[in-house]
Amino acid sequence: MGDWGQSPTCGAHCALYSGSLVWRVSEAAPKKTPLYEEHVKLGARMVPFAGRLMPVQYTSIVEEHQAVRNNVGIFDISHMGQLIVHGTGARACLNRMLTNNMDKLDVGTGQYTFLLNERGGIIDDLIIYRIDEQKFLLVVNASRTDEDFAWLQKHLEGRSPDRPSGGLETAALCKLENRSADFGGVAIQGPRLIELFHALFGKDVEIPPRNHIIELLFNGADEISETDVSVARTGYTGEDGIEVFFRATDAVKFWNAALEKGKPFGIKPCGLGARDTLRLEMCYPLNGSDLSPERNPIEAGLGFFVDLSKPNFIGRDVLLRVKESGSREKLVPFRMKQKGPPPRPHYPVFQNGERIGEVTSGTVSPSLNWGVGMAYVSAAHAKIGTQIDIEIRGQKFTATIEKKPLYKKS
Amino acid sequence: MNVPDDLLYTESHEWIKRENNDTVRVGVTDHAQSELTDVVYVELPKMDRQANAKEPIAVVESVKAASDIYAPVKGSVVEVNKALEADPSLINREPYGQGWIFVLKIDNADELKQLKNAAAYRKQIG
Repeated sequence: MGDWGQSPTCGAHCALYSGSLVWRVSEAAPKKTPLYEEHVKLGARMVPFAGRLMPVQYTSIVEEHQAVRNNVGIFDISHMGQLIVHGTGARACLNRMLTNNMDKLDVGTGQYTFLLNERGGIIDDLIIYRIDEQKFLLVVNASRTDEDFAWLQKHLEGRSPDRPSGGLETAALCKLENRSADFGGVAIQGPRLIELFHALFGKDVEIPPRNHIIELLFNGADEISETDVSVARTGYTGEDGIEVFFRATDAVKFWNAALEKGKPFGIKPCGLGARDTLRLEMCYPLNGSDLSPERNPIEAGLGFFVDLSKPNFIGRDVLLRVKESGSREKLVPFRMKQKGPPPRPHYPVFQNGERIGEVTSGTVSPSLNWGVGMAYVSAAHAKIGTQIDIEIRGQKFTATIEKKPLYKKS
Repeated sequence: MNVPDDLLYTESHEWIKRENNDTVRVGVTDHAQSELTDVVYVELPKMDRQANAKEPIAVVESVKAASDIYAPVKGSVVEVNKALEADPSLINREPYGQGWIFVLKIDNADELKQLKNAAAYRKQIG
């Protein structure tokens, strides 16, 4: 275990989030989320992630994972970026930047979508919420926030959807703000979510339906100070869940109230480690590992969130060609045939001795207690049920290409 | 963190127990298992394998990462802990007991003098 010299969790961290922007941005001193002190008090192991010190685990990844599958868990997601786009032209402008169809996005709902470069490659995957007619909230990956902002600014600000040259008279059509530093957020996920929701917000308050977002008043533990928070029925774990966004100054109050009120339901604070195993069991992609500017949503198997019937959006012509000619490679979930060493990112994938791809995510699934992962393989070998070989330290181990998700509740 | 006084240690978090004149038992420390957490797989060294000091010889994998285990001194493998194949979490539960990893027949007992004692290792892990 020699690579522990500099930081006790560096090796683990690099392996888990390899391919992400961790090291590029962490050369500057990492920032802290508003919940940093709370994580330290709870004994979390803190690691730099996307320029912030984040808890990778508090007690054990497996325990935290099981808490979310069986009871309820709470994650700090304050590192994620919040961009606001508003103005009379906001909807039309955004519809030209994002792949999913925003004409299907009603006020108070959210949708998963992609921000693409001109080559059809994925700059970011994100959830966009329509806060009101002309106001949108984009919740984006921490590591991509600045890049997203710059890309959107370059293409959006002050421009009319019909007059790409922009100009003073159109400046109010579409305005972009990066509000990431103002907001904190938590994800509360697990089958006991609904009970906890009512304990936090009141027994008569209705929980928003799936993919909906509402504003709610939240009474602090002191029952005096009231504050408004946004609650969305979304998540990254495959369990029923909400994501709650609040002013950064309210973060500690909300976090501690949720932990306190969640006690009867077996709540556990959960770190990035469990977040990664939970999302991988569901085959939700991780940007930086499974998605990158070199990969498009169709080869990532996420064409469902791309509406090619829209007349125009950045990357559309490339995706149309990919759709017609078929993608060269495909992202597929796989499961190891036998119990053995867990698959890890960057392990090569073979079939009949021929190299056909590379693992992008892999671990031992805590729910299945079995090695699982996702890999890009050549499209000719991507069929469900196909046997592939994963090379681990020079030795080949058989795996089978599976259907999504890798884990299903029985 | 438990650091037994009667063992020797490496900087890379292996513990070494002198069994007799020419064999040592090796595992990972309580500190190491607590940093790793949730050990899910152990790749044991091959029997009779020769290794130099600080050569990677086994792999311990947790949910999040794979970590190399090094031979603490020069020697050859004469015993491996097969029980870890069925239950890798023995390393978490009993790092100094049932969680041992391999036994080395050592070439030169003098090399053991270069290892850390419990006090020095405690200082290292703070």
